[in-house]
Amino acid sequence: MKDSRTFSIPTKSVLPALGGLAALSALLSLCLGAVPVAPGEVLAALLGRGSGPAAQIVLYARLPRTCGCLLAGAALAMSGTVIQGVLGNPLAAPNVIGVNAGAGLCTAVCAALWPARTAALPFAAFLGALGGVLLVLFIGSRTGASKMTLVLAGVAVSGMFSAGIDAVLSFFPDALNGYTDFRVGGVANLSMSRVSPAFWVILAAALLALSLAGELDVLLLGEETARSLGLPARRLRLILLALAAALAGAAVSFAGLLGFVGLIAPHMVRRLVGEDSSARLLRGAALGGAALLTLCDILARTLFAPYELPVGVVLSLLGGPFFLWLLLRQRRGRGSGYA
Amino acid sequence: MLEVRNLSAGYPGRTVLEDVSLAVRPGRVLVLLGPNGCGKSTLLRTMPGLLPPLAGEVLLDGRPLKDYRPREAAQRIAYLPQSRSVPRITARRMVLHGRFPYLSYPRRCRREDYEAVDRALAAADALELADRPLPELSGGQRQKVYLAMALAQETETVLMDEPTTYLDIRHQLEVLALARRLAEAGRGVALVLHDLCLALTAADDAAVLAGGRLLALGGPEEIYQSGILARVMGVRLDRAAGPEGWRYFCELRSEG
Repeated sequence: MKDSRTFSIPTKSVLPALGGLAALSALLSLCLGAVPVAPGEVLAALLGRGSGPAAQIVLYARLPRTCGCLLAGAALAMSGTVIQGVLGNPLAAPNVIGVNAGAGLCTAVCAALWPARTAALPFAAFLGALGGVLLVLFIGSRTGASKMTLVLAGVAVSGMFSAGIDAVLSFFPDALNGYTDFRVGGVANLSMSRVSPAFWVILAAALLALSLAGELDVLLLGEETARSLGLPARRLRLILLALAAALAGAAVSFAGLLGFVGLIAPHMVRRLVGEDSSARLLRGAALGGAALLTLCDILARTLFAPYELPVGVVLSLLGGPFFLWLLLRQRRGRGSGYA
Repeated sequence: MLEVRNLSAGYPGRTVLEDVSLAVRPGRVLVLLGPNGCGKSTLLRTMPGLLPPLAGEVLLDGRPLKDYRPREAAQRIAYLPQSRSVPRITARRMVLHGRFPYLSYPRRCRREDYEAVDRALAAADALELADRPLPELSGGQRQKVYLAMALAQETETVLMDEPTTYLDIRHQLEVLALARRLAEAGRGVALVLHDLCLALTAADDAAVLAGGRLLALGGPEEIYQSGILARVMGVRLDRAAGPEGWRYFCELRSEG
């Protein structure tokens, strides 16, 4: 009767269902596109037994792209979950509080100055993301850290970093050659060599974040309670934000400034799996984010085939209204719950 | 035993309390009393190490509290803050967080932790709330859950900041009865309370704080007889014999 149970899917089957959805979307992403490839052929290509143009397309165009979508979606969604939890702010997300823009700026600078060092990009992006989050945190703490100031500070910091990105790209128009849609986020023309360094960063940060899920749970009880339970709250908050920065930064380093995944996926998953356990929430966010971004990318390249939209555009077109719907629904649910 | 010696408490540049010495003794309920802003809550926050002492010491079994690791201290002292967040989790999950100080790094709960949670829920009379989400509970029910969380911590000292505020009288009395049971089980309990009359009935010891000092420390009888409490609170304090001992009541002091 209350809004916490409105989506009454048994909680235990949600994670496997999300996992299945992610797998299904990955398979679809390998099959669909300008040239449809049958699932059997996809499988053959993946196993190294394929031949001809279909196998080439699957291995060199769609596989990196699909991996990139799964990876960026999972990383940004986990990052958003951590950030929303640590800051206690449902409006926060990597793109809102300056993490993505910081990562984007450092990626652009690194790509402009050291074009050959693609493996360094995720680390540069991590530094930028960390810079963004620390700057916003600093401004927030100087002004009393209300939830609204944090978001406003994030908007301002994001604006400055975005201007920086534009400046770098004006001076070095070829810096992000191959990043077709860096500003809105896109995964076309990805290659495995660009995805794989980010993969290791994301894997490490995701495992660390999952191992700290118990700490995150306690942090959600409020600083006083957390500290009285023996948790070094301030240190932990910084560690978790650094992990969130690594996750988002690594994703931005190859997929560009994808916005909405980090904001929406945590909200969707929270409604599906509840908030009892951050561990389950993080796993759900990873699976849900991966599925969401991959599905959006499928739409991006099939809706107007043979023309393609950057996935970031589709994400915003679908994500914006969905998020508003969630907000309205939540409002109404809350109103009736207390009435 | 948790005690403070010649403690000055407060925030950098703003001393709230000076030269306070008292102890939370096992088996006794200590009540901190005083007008708003006298530093009761500041003292209570300094005792578990949430605020560093400005001067003097906080001692746990004779050893400075700061020599203990946070986790060790949390296994010995439970603290219930005045303002508590209401996360969207079930009551049982909330209480389970009280076991956090006992879990080492990957934070897997063991069977004994779940057993401690059930014991704590039962002791706080909150077993039937266990599977309900916290935001759906009433203030009194939530308070029981928070109390159960502090109990699940299984500490020898329990500090509670205004545990009865915003509760109806029945829930207030239940909280105080629980404090009594904890003391009878050998734990040391310290409470900040606003209701003088309930406090004097519930306490074994009362500490009167005002003007940045500890003005008096003693049994309720002693505190009542000294008249100091009535003076700092600016009220007239009286009592009458009830079936189970003294019942206290306050009135506005008529000047003249």
